[in-house]
Amino acid sequence: MTAYPRKSALLLALVALAGLAAHPAWAQSTVAEGQKLAFDRGKGNCLTCHVIKGGDLPGTIGPELKDLKAKYPDRSELAAILFDETKRNPQTMMPPFGRNRILTEQEIDAIVDFLQTL
Amino acid sequence: MKLRILLLLGSACAALVAFALASPRVIAADTVDPATDAKAFQNFFFQKFPGVKHEDFVNGPYSMNEDMKRQWLEKEEFPPYEFALDAGKEMFATPFKNGKTYADCFPNGGIGIRQNYPYFDSKEGKVVTLELALNRCREANGEAPYSYVKDEMASLTAYMAFTSRGKKMDIKIPDDPRAREAFENGKRYFYTRRGQLNFSCASCHVQSPGERIRAEVLAPALGILNAMPIYRSEWSGMGTISRRFITCNSQTRAVPLEPQADEYRDVEYFLSYVANGLPISGPGARP
Ligand code: HEC
Ligand code: HEC
Repeated sequence: MTAYPRKSALLLALVALAGLAAHPAWAQSTVAEGQKLAFDRGKGNCLTCHVIKGGDLPGTIGPELKDLKAKYPDRSELAAILFDETKRNPQTMMPPFGRNRILTEQEIDAIVDFLQTL
Repeated sequence: MKLRILLLLGSACAALVAFALASPRVIAADTVDPATDAKAFQNFFFQKFPGVKHEDFVNGPYSMNEDMKRQWLEKEEFPPYEFALDAGKEMFATPFKNGKTYADCFPNGGIGIRQNYPYFDSKEGKVVTLELALNRCREANGEAPYSYVKDEMASLTAYMAFTSRGKKMDIKIPDDPRAREAFENGKRYFYTRRGQLNFSCASCHVQSPGERIRAEVLAPALGILNAMPIYRSEWSGMGTISRRFITCNSQTRAVPLEPQADEYRDVEYFLSYVANGLPISGPGARP
């Protein structure tokens, strides 16, 4: 009986958090964080293979990363590519960042936010 | 009855051939006979880079990039490996404490023989590389072995490669199941993905030669050992085959093996055999 109101309070809190996540100021900081992770040699190191706006000395192994929001309107597609691209293409050079725990789920999420601005 | 079985067998074979032809040729060598393997391996690169002269594949990244090639040819007037080469020549001629020399350990006094290494030693049942043979020569003559990745070893192999320039790689696989196994093992090592980044040697040197990985241009796997050892500006010094293998493994966050570990010996055997017919060009210089 007493559990019910507690549960709904928790739900309310979650809804409030979700609202916060959609807040532009919060979103902007994850974009910056995502860019940092993508360029960091010890983390995403995406420039090893991709041309990305704002990054120096890019490699040419993968395609230039741009217009990604148009190509992948659903952000879960981008997250899946980062988590393990060998699922789509078993021969790919792209490392399975999520599966091999090079990046955490939150880090992948932040990079996806950044990718959607390209 | 017999005819039906024959027909069945025939169509099964046809299906297999069709399958083999249809499967994507990302893996350059996927047959079981080493000679056929080598041919398929070479053809993969010849077809992928029709503009590159066959004997040019031995020049690593320079075979893939005209600008880099021009800069390199200019540098060849004062090659950065010259110091190592002179040191190697002198070391090679200097007797050990017991009065013997390196020449006593090798066929033809060690001159012009780089193209025959590594070879399969049927007594030991393993692959013997030139670096290994040099250290065994030292130890047999009461001298301490050299580090496999440092200057002295690179100087000696630089001199031995230099006296063999232009000779065609000529690796034999003797009629010994263990030799065949060593070749297969090296090939397996070369194509197996490893480490956190999930790369195989082939990811970089078969799938992506000529591409830039950051600022470096990837060398093709065909003839990739013919120019060894190399001077690299990035190392500000010389590096042996052992050093290059270890660097490639550790740069891709894979755990490198010990120099001259069995797998490295086998992968060297594989890569050298599939380069048969291409000239020795070592020592090399790299950016
Ligand atoms: C070692 C090479 C390599 C690295 C490092 C790499 N990628 Fe990739 N990536 C590729 C290749 C090659 C492709 C082409 C698709 C394929 O191979 O399946 C690709 C494809 C993609 C795509 C799809 C692009 C499109 O237009 O369809 C995205 C998005 C992507 N990569 C993002 C990233 C991000 C973000 C990072 C860093 C966290 C990264 N990649 C690191 C090699 C790499
Ligand atoms: C993620 C990329 C990558 C992987 C994986 C990789 N290498 Fe390399 N390799 C390089 C780069 C970069 C260089 C330096 C540029 C060049 O010469 O290709 C290099 C150079 C070499 C060279 C010298 C080529 C030359 O002419 O200077 C050899 C030999 C070599 N690699 C062998 C291997 C072997 C064997 C493996 C597997 C154990 C391996 N590589 C795995 C990136 C890689």
